[in-house]
Amino acid sequence: MLNFFLLILIYTCIYSLMAIGQNVISGYTGMLSMCQAGFFAIGSYATAILATKCGWSFWATLPVSIALSALFGFLIGLPTLRLKGDYLAIATLGFGEIVRNVLNNWDSLTNGPMGIQDVPMATIFGKKINPYSKVGFLFLCIVFVVIAYFLFQRLARSRMGRALEAIREDEIAAASTGINVTKYKVVSFMLGAGVAGVAGSLQAVFNLSVTPGTYTFMVSVMVLCMIVLGGMGNFLAAILGSFIIQLISYFPQLTGLSSVIPPQFKQILFGLILVVMMIWRPQGIMGRREHLYGADKQGGKK
Amino acid sequence: MNGLTLGGIYALIALGYTMVYGILKFINFAHGDILMVGAYIGLFTYNGLRGNAPLGVWTVTSFFIAMLVAMFSCGVLGMVIERVAYKPLRHAARLAPLLSAIGVSFILSNSAAWAFGTQSRKFDYPFDNTPINMHGVIITPHQIMILAVAAIMMIGLAIFVDKTRMGKAMRATSLDQSTAMLMGINVDRVISLTFAVGSALAATGGILISLDFKAYPSMGMMTGLKAFVAAVVGGIGNIEGAMLGGIILGLLETFGVAVLGIPTGMKDTIAFGVLILILLIKPEGILGHAEKEKV
Amino acid sequence: MILLNTEGLTREFGGILAVNDVDFVVEQGLITGLIGPNGAGKTTLFNNMTGLDVPTKGKVHFDGKDITGMPAYTICRLGIARTFQNIRLFKELTVAENIMVGCHFKTGKNPLKGRLLNSFHSYFHLQNEEDDLYARAMHWMEFFKLTDFRKELAKNLPYGHQRELEIARAMASGPKLLFLDEPAAGMNPQETEQLMETICRIRDAGVTVVLIEHDMKLVMNICDSITVLNYGEKIAVGTPKEIKANPQVIEAYLGKEED
Repeated sequence: MLNFFLLILIYTCIYSLMAIGQNVISGYTGMLSMCQAGFFAIGSYATAILATKCGWSFWATLPVSIALSALFGFLIGLPTLRLKGDYLAIATLGFGEIVRNVLNNWDSLTNGPMGIQDVPMATIFGKKINPYSKVGFLFLCIVFVVIAYFLFQRLARSRMGRALEAIREDEIAAASTGINVTKYKVVSFMLGAGVAGVAGSLQAVFNLSVTPGTYTFMVSVMVLCMIVLGGMGNFLAAILGSFIIQLISYFPQLTGLSSVIPPQFKQILFGLILVVMMIWRPQGIMGRREHLYGADKQGGKK
Repeated sequence: MNGLTLGGIYALIALGYTMVYGILKFINFAHGDILMVGAYIGLFTYNGLRGNAPLGVWTVTSFFIAMLVAMFSCGVLGMVIERVAYKPLRHAARLAPLLSAIGVSFILSNSAAWAFGTQSRKFDYPFDNTPINMHGVIITPHQIMILAVAAIMMIGLAIFVDKTRMGKAMRATSLDQSTAMLMGINVDRVISLTFAVGSALAATGGILISLDFKAYPSMGMMTGLKAFVAAVVGGIGNIEGAMLGGIILGLLETFGVAVLGIPTGMKDTIAFGVLILILLIKPEGILGHAEKEKV
Repeated sequence: MILLNTEGLTREFGGILAVNDVDFVVEQGLITGLIGPNGAGKTTLFNNMTGLDVPTKGKVHFDGKDITGMPAYTICRLGIARTFQNIRLFKELTVAENIMVGCHFKTGKNPLKGRLLNSFHSYFHLQNEEDDLYARAMHWMEFFKLTDFRKELAKNLPYGHQRELEIARAMASGPKLLFLDEPAAGMNPQETEQLMETICRIRDAGVTVVLIEHDMKLVMNICDSITVLNYGEKIAVGTPKEIKANPQVIEAYLGKEED
């Protein structure tokens, strides 16, 4: 039972990274991207392929995974610049599906639908981080989440965060105020993609295998649900949302009712969450970030 | 020929997308799943009505009855979804109705999977579908039916939009909602009707496509997405555009596989590729006009 | 000294000449008005001068440079700021934050280096930068008497203050030239009085102002020079006194006198 709960925590961490990325793209910049699963997959496969075919260590594959995902973030960000919300969503959805399709069909590189099965465990200072002994792996994940959280919080509270929000609120006004909208939109995509790539790498050394079937549109929707539930534009909320969604996801197994509750149950619930949250509480459980500026504490400073 | 019939089906479904977009400037993500529901309702009604009857007049009749039932039910479903999940969000943030639509899509497709199981179901042809040779062209009765149904529906829609009062009301609302309201048009009713008609057409498309490709709960997403691409290619918000786009996409897909040798596993990618291409080159679509945001 | 001028600026929209061969001149230090009946092409002219639109023909010169066709954000960084006819505030951001966005490109140890790198830079450097921006924003909030509203969301402000916030945000980018698009729209007489005073204070602070307006009292009162557009063409330019007496201008607004 505890083992199971640890599993949920590990997945919370992995998905939190994606949720944080989604938060940058959607919560801050206001672009409805539905392809986190695609970047997730790219990160996973980068690590898997480099580890199995070239013998790289997990840590060596990490920068490649980030760079590759970010590159794809750039590639999808650039052509979709002019697209309005709805179109962007579908275009990104298409991209995510193309990624999955390619991974499924490019047998020589990705081993097709069977995927890559023997990903070696990550090691640190010579000791293996065994995903079966969950505590160790969880610790690794938490470290990543903490780093990501602080990194992105810093970013959000800076000029860049404000610029992204300005773009979300009114692109034309933002451009007229001196913000290079194109640059920021693309960078936003790259950041969101990069952190999803990290999540992917973690996934690869957790599952010790990668298959295209894992990286479906459902994953992207789950990530979306996480930030909608938690609160768009709030990184802590993204983590909270991740936790709740994972709980829902594993609810049947947690309560031992998996024979009674069908697998579609959680997906219906996710759908309901999206609809209900949008109508009833669009700012999410935790609401948007606190407005730091303007709220004086000492002498006009934050 | 295959390309044309496939295109006809895409056109039918694309019309629903384009009509809703024309009025609300909103892409109904759940449209694809409505076509799935239509396919299932059609399937069950048809199987229920025909019993074990041999292929003949009764099966064909019951097939068309089933189609009408599906169209009606989906029309209602479309209106209900609009009222419950989209109407409250009409003045909300840009992303809100879109997220809601994704939610509805998920609810529909997974409820169907729960209720009907994930196995695909065969939708038998109501007639003997052996190909006929018509003046040298080999064509199946099914393809004739698709072309006929698609043509009738599209012509019917065109007449409706052009000549009837309600049709005019729809066009007015899509051009300028507030002015339409001031002119006494009940915008809510127009919107409901738009959803109803679009959904009914989708149901037809769903039934027609499941005759060839079977019915399964997630068919909505793929087919819906392709129909969406068709709508965009033709020019979203534009009824003639949807028809044109559907046909183009159908042809492209069939030729892509047959002539260019794109592996069938990647067939779906053709649609996405076309989408990205058109969004890059001419996002308003072939028959659309660029909408400039007024500063 | 001429700060900005257009040379034969033309903007065509599918056969319609929204702006037709206009030579618009702005003298530094003065308040210039741009008037004309609705649809005369004033906002289009603005858009073409501020980088939100690209002219079909003609050029725009600013401060000795040719800025024709440059994107809006570059033009802003060169020293032109603007407000909008329909008020474009960042609604979900606070007043203070709106103005801080105005200061966006003004700081940073190295303005050429990516702001991204700056963000991941040391905590203290970033904090200093933020405090610096906030101080600047405070300055403009005081200028526009918006200090009490600093933590209010922009969307919750009363209308008159929203207009002022938009101007404040524009001023925060430290422009040499400020374009105001119908700043008095929807204002009552007191608010208009206050606006006139504010614009004069802006002029006194060394910023050249160009404004599109329909409120003739405001225009005639504070503008040093007025250019009149009609159907996309420049039909008159001169002092308020000259414009008031100009028969073509009168005809444009009131129509031809019936004989």
